[in-house]
Amino acid sequence: MDIIDRRSNPHGKNIENRRRALERARDAVQKAVREAVASGKLREAGQGNAVSIPADALHEPGFHRVFSTGERHIVLSGNHQFSRGDRLRRPPAGEGGGGGGSGQASDEGGGEDSYRFLLSRDEFLDLFFGDLELPDLVKREIAATETTAPSRAGLSNDGSPSQLDMGRTMRYSMARRIGLGRPKPEELKEIEARITELEETRPLSDVNAEELEALRERRGALRQRLNRIPWVDPVDLRYRRFAPTPKPSTRAVMFCIMDVSGSMTERMKDLAKQFFLLLHVFLEKRYKTLDVVFIRHAETAEEVDEETFFTDPRTGGTVVSTALAEMLRVQRARYPMQQWNIYVAQASDGDNSPSDTPRTAELLEQEILPLVQYYAYIEVMGSGAVIRGDTDLWRVYREISERQSHLAIRQVSDRKEIFPVFRELFARRTTEQAGRV
Amino acid sequence: MTETPVTGAASQAGKGLLYQGADWNFHIIRDCYAAIEEIAEKELGLNVFPNRIEVITSEQMLDVYTTNGMPVSYSHWSYGKRFAGHENAYRRGLMGLAYEVVINSNPCISYLMEENSATMQALVIAHAAFGHNHFFKNNRLFQEWTDPSQILNYLEFARGYISRCEETHGLEAVERILDAAHALQGQGVNRHSGSRRIDLKGEQERARERRAWEDRSFNDLWRTLPPVNEPETEPDGAKSAIRRQFGLPEENILYFLEKHAPRLAPWEREIIRIVRLIAQYFYPQPQLKLMNEGCATWVHDRIMTRLHELGRIDDAAYMETIHSTTNVITQFGYDQGSTSFNPYALGFAMMKDIARICTDPTDEDRRWSPDIAGNNDPLGTLRHAWAEYRDESFVLQFLSPRVMRDFRMFRLLDDTRDPYLLVDAIHDEAGYRDIRRTVAASYDPSAWYAEIEIVDVDTYGDRTLRLEHRTRQGQLLAENDMKLTLKGLADLWGYRVILQEIDAPSGRLLATHEAIAHN
Repeated sequence: MDIIDRRSNPHGKNIENRRRALERARDAVQKAVREAVASGKLREAGQGNAVSIPADALHEPGFHRVFSTGERHIVLSGNHQFSRGDRLRRPPAGEGGGGGGSGQASDEGGGEDSYRFLLSRDEFLDLFFGDLELPDLVKREIAATETTAPSRAGLSNDGSPSQLDMGRTMRYSMARRIGLGRPKPEELKEIEARITELEETRPLSDVNAEELEALRERRGALRQRLNRIPWVDPVDLRYRRFAPTPKPSTRAVMFCIMDVSGSMTERMKDLAKQFFLLLHVFLEKRYKTLDVVFIRHAETAEEVDEETFFTDPRTGGTVVSTALAEMLRVQRARYPMQQWNIYVAQASDGDNSPSDTPRTAELLEQEILPLVQYYAYIEVMGSGAVIRGDTDLWRVYREISERQSHLAIRQVSDRKEIFPVFRELFARRTTEQAGRV
Repeated sequence: MTETPVTGAASQAGKGLLYQGADWNFHIIRDCYAAIEEIAEKELGLNVFPNRIEVITSEQMLDVYTTNGMPVSYSHWSYGKRFAGHENAYRRGLMGLAYEVVINSNPCISYLMEENSATMQALVIAHAAFGHNHFFKNNRLFQEWTDPSQILNYLEFARGYISRCEETHGLEAVERILDAAHALQGQGVNRHSGSRRIDLKGEQERARERRAWEDRSFNDLWRTLPPVNEPETEPDGAKSAIRRQFGLPEENILYFLEKHAPRLAPWEREIIRIVRLIAQYFYPQPQLKLMNEGCATWVHDRIMTRLHELGRIDDAAYMETIHSTTNVITQFGYDQGSTSFNPYALGFAMMKDIARICTDPTDEDRRWSPDIAGNNDPLGTLRHAWAEYRDESFVLQFLSPRVMRDFRMFRLLDDTRDPYLLVDAIHDEAGYRDIRRTVAASYDPSAWYAEIEIVDVDTYGDRTLRLEHRTRQGQLLAENDMKLTLKGLADLWGYRVILQEIDAPSGRLLATHEAIAHN
């Protein structure tokens, strides 16, 4: 009998199989992921989550019979009250009356109705944003900043002990020892043993005395040689060398601008928040470093932290241009456009004080749009779905967006629409892209 | 006096405890194994394959689950699906993991979970390494159908071969073949034409030689030869010649495709062969589930009891054994949602009952089982049953009135024309035989596998393949599954496939289905 401890063997034999299953059910999984987000669990969802997909996406067919008509016998256990001839009410269809062994389960997918997959954060986001991409990546190259990352670059003679390449060092050491003829310790031991043996022999014959002498001499020589030729010499040492390699790393800043005036209800803010979150997760996945700047405005604008941005209510009128001006100020101070990809997402209910609208339009078109990669404007509408005309802001933005393709404007009135709108904004536009570059 | 484990002694009485408490180490496992082996071989007369015991973690156990207990398997998405299912159920606490998994191989590999207590390790060694192992080695069905000494090598070969195919021909092409072949797994075994134990080692040699020959004899010029136009006329009365040529009717669809499908490449045939051979290896297992588990449970129960009697395990360990055995052999009644018999429960009850009939029969037993009642050789009787029967015949032969009463069995007649279910037999003198016959029939493999045969190939026309399903009591094939499977079959065959469902007694045609090849 053998006992083998397999506990330290590599785990995760089925990672590849699991990946294939996910790949096969990709459409279903993607749908499930998006539903999970649509139902408003983005925060948790982004952390990686379980999704359930319908079983038929991964169904394995086979020939098997189903009992539909005719007679069959079933033997069950646990009879407490029946006698021969008793009649039982037939259990509701689908339960099948049980019995009959296996093989009926997957009829109409009844047995195994769904599968749950635990997805990691990366898998989740990959599926979630599968066919989306950042618009206008042209600047990505221009704006790439040079950072360095260590990468393997051969071997060197010195380095930190943690980088010692043991295998190579020992190879050199062995070659040197063989080359220089370093005596084997076993040989020395043998001689020493023989010497001890002879020394203990009394009386010592002449032949033995001679041998002892010779051996002692040899021992001296061997010891000397052993001491002179070390086991490992500094010349053997090889360290893994790392050289800094320049790596293009892209940086992006995302400006979130939101109207927090009295006309924005909590629900509308919540819609805007959903959109900002999506954009944030999306950008985070694409850029190594992502800064987010929150700017809120009513009559005046200010940069605030995330907490305040989403929770602290304010009231008052609306002057949109103040927010744009604030955004420009921050950008000039901290995010030079040569080094940063700049994204702006603005959410508002479309109200603006009439006198401010021309100024807003001017700021947007003349100053901001030339700087940014993409400017998304989301107009959130009240729940009552009151039919109303275009807002001032909408009219002006639409005009500009007809001239400037990287200004995108959408209207959103319900939570469910957030993701479709988001997808629409970032859907892959290969042909258009190719045409422009 | 201190109690120290003693091993290797001829007799164990008074040798002291093997262990105390729940913790185990490899010495304890070795000692337990030795003590168990002595009882198994000397007292129970078990005859087993050499054992190999492997200790694994729960994560590795999940992997083992996924591949039907096999340590290696080729990659396929269906394993990923199963893995996700098990993993999910396990992580959410819906499912516990088995304490062990054992493989019918030589040497016989038992996987032990590291979480098990010392008692559980001893119990599963007795259960798997001796109970199941003896059954694997001695049952005729296993002997005839499986080649335990080569299965692991063959699986290794299969994995290598399929991954090479994936490199050469692409994942998609391989997956297409595997999907279609998996769907036909149930139709990949020769059930009726006598057993054919396959030399799995020879299989690998064969594939290797064929590849080498293909490499050697490759000549690109052949490709440029113009195709020969053979005269395609169907001589009269050629039907029987075709049937002979193709060996029709053929129930083993995978075998037929491997040999005769006109448009498959050699590697595609080899993959079909791999699926077929693995299906054949697993073919006996469901037919022997009841006996196999019954045998293993009876053996572990007996061995652990003996260990306790000999003073090798303490009372606490014995209580744990009883507790765990009781959990395993619980049979829920119909009103607790159980629709079938727990193979551990029924199997164990029958084994115990046979031993009882041999040593302490009642008058009823003498009437029902005159040949074994009171023969005072329970071990010999059980060993004979384990070797010579399968579940169906075992139940038919050995299910006694006593067990039927203990399980409170009753039989229902489900006639779809009636709005009710009729109780037409219960555990009484008038009902025993009916109940026994029906229980036995539910273990008959022909009750699970659809009887489908290839009956005709239109060699001179459009190469349509004709299949027949002989239905049982109006049970047609599940429609969606049948369509998908048929489609896969048509893809493998390369041409049109027609499946007719025929009512077996009357020969009446019930339904016709058709699928055409995808490309």
